Formats: sequence, structure tokens, C-alpha cells
Amino acid sequence: MSELLDLNLVEASKALKNKKISSLELTNAYLKSISDTSSLGAYLEIVEDKAIRMAKESDKKLIDGTARPLEGIPIGIKDMFCTKDIKTTASSKILENFIPTYESTVTQNLWNDGAVILGKLSCDEFAMGSSNETAAKGNVINPWLKNKKMSPGGSSGGSAAAVAARSALAATGTDTGGSIRQPAAFCGITGLKPTYGRCSRWGIVAFSSSLDQAGPLTRTVSDAALMLNSMAGYDQKDSTSANLIMPDLMNYLDKGIKGKKIGIPKEYTQDGISEDIVKFYDKSIDLLRDEGAEIIPVSLPHTKYALPAYYIIAPAEASSNLARYDGVRYGARQEASSLDKMYELTRGNGFGDEVKRRIMIGTYVLSSGYYDAYYLKAQKVRRLIKEDFENVYKKVDYILTPSTPTTSFELGKKQDPLIMYLNDIFTVPASLAGLPGISLPVGLDKSGLPIGIQLIANSFDEPGLISTARVLERSIGFNFIADGVAK
Amino acid sequence: MSNKDTIVDVPTVNKIARLSRLDIPEANKQSLTNDLNNILGFVAQLDEVDTSNIEPLASVTGHKLPFRSDQVSDGNIEDLVLKNAPESSSGFFVVPKVIE
Repeated sequence: MSELLDLNLVEASKALKNKKISSLELTNAYLKSISDTSSLGAYLEIVEDKAIRMAKESDKKLIDGTARPLEGIPIGIKDMFCTKDIKTTASSKILENFIPTYESTVTQNLWNDGAVILGKLSCDEFAMGSSNETAAKGNVINPWLKNKKMSPGGSSGGSAAAVAARSALAATGTDTGGSIRQPAAFCGITGLKPTYGRCSRWGIVAFSSSLDQAGPLTRTVSDAALMLNSMAGYDQKDSTSANLIMPDLMNYLDKGIKGKKIGIPKEYTQDGISEDIVKFYDKSIDLLRDEGAEIIPVSLPHTKYALPAYYIIAPAEASSNLARYDGVRYGARQEASSLDKMYELTRGNGFGDEVKRRIMIGTYVLSSGYYDAYYLKAQKVRRLIKEDFENVYKKVDYILTPSTPTTSFELGKKQDPLIMYLNDIFTVPASLAGLPGISLPVGLDKSGLPIGIQLIANSFDEPGLISTARVLERSIGFNFIADGVAK
Repeated sequence: MSNKDTIVDVPTVNKIARLSRLDIPEANKQSLTNDLNNILGFVAQLDEVDTSNIEPLASVTGHKLPFRSDQVSDGNIEDLVLKNAPESSSGFFVVPKVIE
């Protein structure tokens, strides 16, 4: 069993196509791993029968020579993606019984390419959080230092924990301000947020529509490339979907980085960043230089204002998006004698505290008399942040930063919402600018927790992002495994 | 949007809760007010940034909203539309009585 779990996505795919293993064997190994690691709480819903049915269909295609790119690969899906006939809750009580009648474009793309669904993965409620603690059914536990009960990060905490614990070969995530990259960093895996517009948002539970992007969480950079190949693509049903063809990322794995310029922004080594992270950041810079990249100090002067701008824009969009949960068309309803009271009780009982805080902030900053001072101001600052990146990309090809200021923390230790927001300080700027970013594991800190480094590329340069990340991955040789994996 | 400590008070929170259609229990109102003040105090940092002559940015892609021809692309899925409704009857969503 464990040899099957040792294979990463690319290796498993090769073994399937060479008929060394079957999808049914592989899928059963993962189903067993899900049950062995159930104490982590990564899965909200396991769809064993469907997984087995899909694996058997894949095995037929593998035998008759009609295998598709992800044929027979068992994956987990963040509970933000609508999956037809499979409960989709966004980790919220208000959607606890919601069963979509349609499939999100991104998940449909994955099934069209032969992937096998294992189940739905926990996340922060409506993807609002950085520790997976706002999930209605409780937090997920990071498989690293399992007994210490560390946070897997968030919001894609279930996705990151499942990939790190080997209870999914890969997983989907969504990233609004860092929700793929931060949990990937905390769980010692790879997480890629594509350029805004690369993956369709259709059928993904909406949080902040100008920022939300889907992306993969995987064990390796090559695995992320293979997943994103299938997830990405133009979709008429999302008006912000980019009508651009993404080249096959697997052709960019070994392009190298000779002569490429990598920018090191001075604003990302601020006070409060852990010493171990700085050490591995410096090491990553040295390794990329050794591989032939030119290292160039750069400045993104408005970095400091990214987080405050984000905490106006994202709640504003969320307050508007979440107006749809009214107890009328879908979701839970709290009965009351009047319509208004029904709305208030339904929403008051159905949403958790963090979601309510963000709806309140969003409603306030959009309300009459405050719109210009907050919302328009934040949108202007957003332009300045985007222009910072545009200026830097005139001089360099990629930007290298730490993914997070600290490694994972113990669950329940960060109670102040504002302190929690600071987790995303290094991931939010690229989100506001719509740029693609990847976090990959580069080492462990003194206590044995993974450290992630982030590479940010220019818009729609996922191919270059993959080439560069692959060089860093190969030269750093991170080969640690979480102690919480199924044995 | 300066004055860090008391940007919103409990009556303002009541008003926002009403606009948001959120029932907030009385016992939680003070702590929610404190949280909101902390967050609004934090975002007030943006006051330091000179944004005169800067256009607000609503879309990072810069592309225009695409149009499609005005044709029906699906339909006749009334049962699917109503499937998740807490209450429906004769093809309609049912809500508490609105007109007295």
C-alpha cells in the first residue's frame, strides 16, 4: 500500500499508463489512507462508491489505450467547488445540506481529463481565514508535528493537509489573498495560484470575485503543472475568464533559468519575520544565482498597504456576494413570522463569526457616506500596488519572496482577527495585482515545521513560473515527509 | 477615516447589522464593535497614501465585459432550480407573508 502512496502524481500517472498499477489499486490505497488519517479532519465528505466507479472506468481507458492526461488519478476537491449531486458546504452551516445540481467548470475539466474524485476537503468558512479554524465543523490538523496540533493554514487547509498526509494525490484549492500558497507553505507542499482569469470561477462558491482564483495543491512542481494543465482554460460562463490558450506546462519543466533576472523586493524582509525563514530565503537566492539567474534588488514601495487595501476590497465584495444566502432559494432557513426577521435569523445563525465580521466591514465600507473614503480609496491603492509590480517587471522576470512571515502555529493560539490577517502579508500583494504565484517547500525550521518560498511571475507567465520553481525545487532537494502520513 | 479608537459605536453596529440582515445577539455587540474598530483602525493606514489623480482599479485584467448574443442557452430546469429551496410550492419559492 505505502509504495503506492509514495508515488507522486507524475510518477503515478506513468505507472498507470505503463500498466504497472491500476487506478482501482491506487484509489483504494488512498481511500484507506483517508480512513487512517481521519483524525486530521481534512475531509468533510468521502465519496467512496463514486471513487471506485470512476477508477474502474479509468482502468478501462488505460487498457484500451484511450487514457486522458489525469486518467485514474485520485484527488480531493476543496469544498468551495460545486460538485453535482455531492454535498458542497463551503465549510458553512448555512450550506450544510446544499447539494448542487451542477458541476463547477474547473472540476468538470478535471473529470473530463480522467481524474477520480475521493471527496470534499475542509476549508475556512467561505474561504475566509488563514488557519482553517473558521470551518463550521472545526479545524483541520496539520500532519506536521501532528501531536502538537498545528494549524494547516487556510483557507485551503483541508486540501494542503490531505496532500501532505498523502490522503489525496493532489487537491484543488482557491486563493483570494493567499489561501492556496499559505497552507501549502504550512504543510510542506507546493501550491500554485494562477493569473486571475486563468481558471474559470463558474461554480466556485464566490467570496471576493475580483480576487478569487482556483489552483492546485500538490507534492511537486511537475504535479502542479499537470493539474493546472487540466484545470485552466477559457470558459464563456465566467465573464472574467481569459480567452488565452495556456501552453502545455509540462514542456517548461526543464527550461532552466540561465540569464533570467530574479527580483528581491526589499519590503519583504520586515520585522517579525522568522529567522529560519530568512535563512532559507537567503539560501534560495544563492541557489538560483548558482543556477545562472541574475539576482536584482527591487522595490515594491506600496507593499505595506496591500493588506489594508485587501481588507476593504475583499469584505466589500464578500458582503455583496453573500447577500444571496437569504434562506429562500437554497441553504438553511430559520423560520420567522416576517420576511425580514427570517433573513436576519437565517443569516445570523447560518454564518460564523469571521464571516459575519467581514460582511459587516464590507457593508460599512460600501455604505452611503463611506464608499469614497474606504472602497474607492482601496481601489486606488490597488492600482498603485499593481503599478509597483508593472515597474519591477520592466527590470526582472520573476520575484522571489518568503511565502509567510512565520511557519505554522498551534491551533487556538491566534484569537485576534487582525493578528490572523497578518499571515497573508506576503501573498496578498500578488493577489491584488492578479499575478500568478507559487509556494514551494524549501526547508524546516528549528521545531521541524516546513518553510515555503514564493515565486511571483508576470501575468499569464505560468510557464516561466513553472520553469523557475522547478529549478529551485531541484536545487534545494526538499525531501522531508510529515509525521502524520498514513503508515 | 482616521480616529483609530472609536470609528463605529454600538448604534452604528446595529445599523450595519440591519443593512447586512444579520441578527447579532445583544451579548456579542460590544465585542463585535471592538473587532470592527480594530479592523477599521488598521485599514485607516491607507490615509497615508497620496492617491490624488489615481484612477480606482476594479479589474486587474483590463478586459471589457464580453457580450454574447441574446439567445436562450438553457432552461426548463424548474425542478433543479427549486431542488435546494427550503420551501417551494407549485413551482414557486415560498417566503413568509409579506403583505398584511
